Amino acid sequence: MRTCAESFDGYFLRPLGRDYGERLLPRGLDITFCDQVFLIAGGLLWNIYFAGLAILFGFFLATAVALAKFSENPWLSRPAAGFIFFFRGSPLFIQFFFFYSAFVLLPRVGVDIPLGFTTLTIHTSALTTAQVGGLFVLILNTTAYSAELFYGALRAVPRGDLEAADAYGMTGLSRFRRIVWPNMLRLAWPSYTNEAIFLTHSTTLIFLSAFPARQQSGEAFYYARYFVDQTFNPFVAYPLVAAYFILLTLAIIGFFGLVNVRLNRHLPRPQRARIRFRPQYLR
Amino acid sequence: MFQFCTDPSILPDWQWFACYLTSGTHLAFYRSFLVVILLLIVVAPLALGMGMLGALALRSQFLPVNALGRGYVNLVRGVPDIVFFLFVPIALGQGIEWVLHHINCPDWDQPIRQGNDFIVCREAKVPPVGASAWARNVYAFSMAVVAFALVFGAFVANTLYGAMRAVPQAQVETAEAYGMTQAQAFRRIVLPQMWVFALPGLSNIWQILIKSTPLLFLLGIQDAVYWARELGGAKTSLYTYPHPDWRVWYFLVLLCFYLFLTWGSERGFGWLTLRMTRGQATAEGERLRRRRAAA
Repeated sequence: MRTCAESFDGYFLRPLGRDYGERLLPRGLDITFCDQVFLIAGGLLWNIYFAGLAILFGFFLATAVALAKFSENPWLSRPAAGFIFFFRGSPLFIQFFFFYSAFVLLPRVGVDIPLGFTTLTIHTSALTTAQVGGLFVLILNTTAYSAELFYGALRAVPRGDLEAADAYGMTGLSRFRRIVWPNMLRLAWPSYTNEAIFLTHSTTLIFLSAFPARQQSGEAFYYARYFVDQTFNPFVAYPLVAAYFILLTLAIIGFFGLVNVRLNRHLPRPQRARIRFRPQYLR
Repeated sequence: MFQFCTDPSILPDWQWFACYLTSGTHLAFYRSFLVVILLLIVVAPLALGMGMLGALALRSQFLPVNALGRGYVNLVRGVPDIVFFLFVPIALGQGIEWVLHHINCPDWDQPIRQGNDFIVCREAKVPPVGASAWARNVYAFSMAVVAFALVFGAFVANTLYGAMRAVPQAQVETAEAYGMTQAQAFRRIVLPQMWVFALPGLSNIWQILIKSTPLLFLLGIQDAVYWARELGGAKTSLYTYPHPDWRVWYFLVLLCFYLFLTWGSERGFGWLTLRMTRGQATAEGERLRRRRAAA
């Protein structure tokens, strides 16, 4: 039997790949409690990777899509509304399958992206991995959900603020950057926090759908499921992964709460929007 | 299905497709959409019932019942749902077998959990040893139904609880002033009026329920996702209908099916909201009343 320290050495970084720990995962009767604790915790690194990058890219894309949907030009608003409808109306689980099977069909070529100082070559086959292709789907999905939230917030930007901006002679980018965007973020932030939580929860679906976990490196829930399959005992691994996710959720609430305080710093206290934890979305 | 389907390899295009799309496996694929609909139809009332019980528990003045309701709602909502979908069927299955084992085989002396095995006596196996494939499918499906009802019941409970509190308190007080008991006031005043407040939340939950049905696949049920994967994969010339990798088209069909479902139910809930708002003491209800009075 391994000691806990050995489990930590062997398995905590194992989710990153074979080179970062034991070659094989523990199997059958060889599985100790500490193995489950550390391997699942290590898998959480991937959840943070997927959620973090998807939120980062999705945030800016969502602002653009929300502005497009809010635009009075039908050539902009129609496609944006269609994009949002497509990704919000269908299950994320099926989206993973659909995009994976589409990526598999892509011809295997390298696409050169000149960056000025160097040229980045991206191979299309990378899209069939969860780390790139799965992330791509997640970004599109969270873009649609966040864009809908931002769109609602754009419609709720106080008229007085816009009139004040006009009175000061602000137009175009400076009006957007100083008046519209901060107001939009402030109004959308409580629901955007929930969106970030749901997105983090839905990173558990990536390896359950089509994307393969190469070298058995997957995220936390992938390992929890692996342990349940091996030990046929759902009462250890699933509560563990649930506890980790509750901690992760609390961390997100903490971080987004700080941003929320900053976004609302000009308002008198009672008017500030409070973030309420409402984890009830599943895609 | 058609008479010309005896030798598909020599058929022209449209006949080939006609035969291909009506083959036995494809009929199973179409039936699996009905499984999705069936799940929705079965789960919706169950979740509503669970939610009603949960909401009543949350309202209860009796502390243990209240704590039970609170614990149920918060536990389910705080944990990623997928954990529950996979945890409940296997945990419940083992629980049932454990109970049956203790009832049917009291003089069994070996432990149930031996290492990584879960061993119960032959009489305690659910579904029974030698059960038909059909019985096994029904068992797996009902486990999934229980998991869905548990998870969505918690969401519904929270929504209904909020809706009950949104009914104007003055009306309840008036009812009590007329001498109604608390139960009567609840039944006659709160219950008929709460739905308009609950509808936006319920509509949201219904959409989430629709979008979580593909997770049936993870519970080992031959649902639409299963068949799309099976049928779409490349088939060599060993098969009657050889074709390259067509999974992307099959999943496109699935996407369209779900888009249609969510779009349709959005329309449905819009209509229902309109019906429910009639005669309500809300801004929208007042607007409807004025419009009708003007006409």
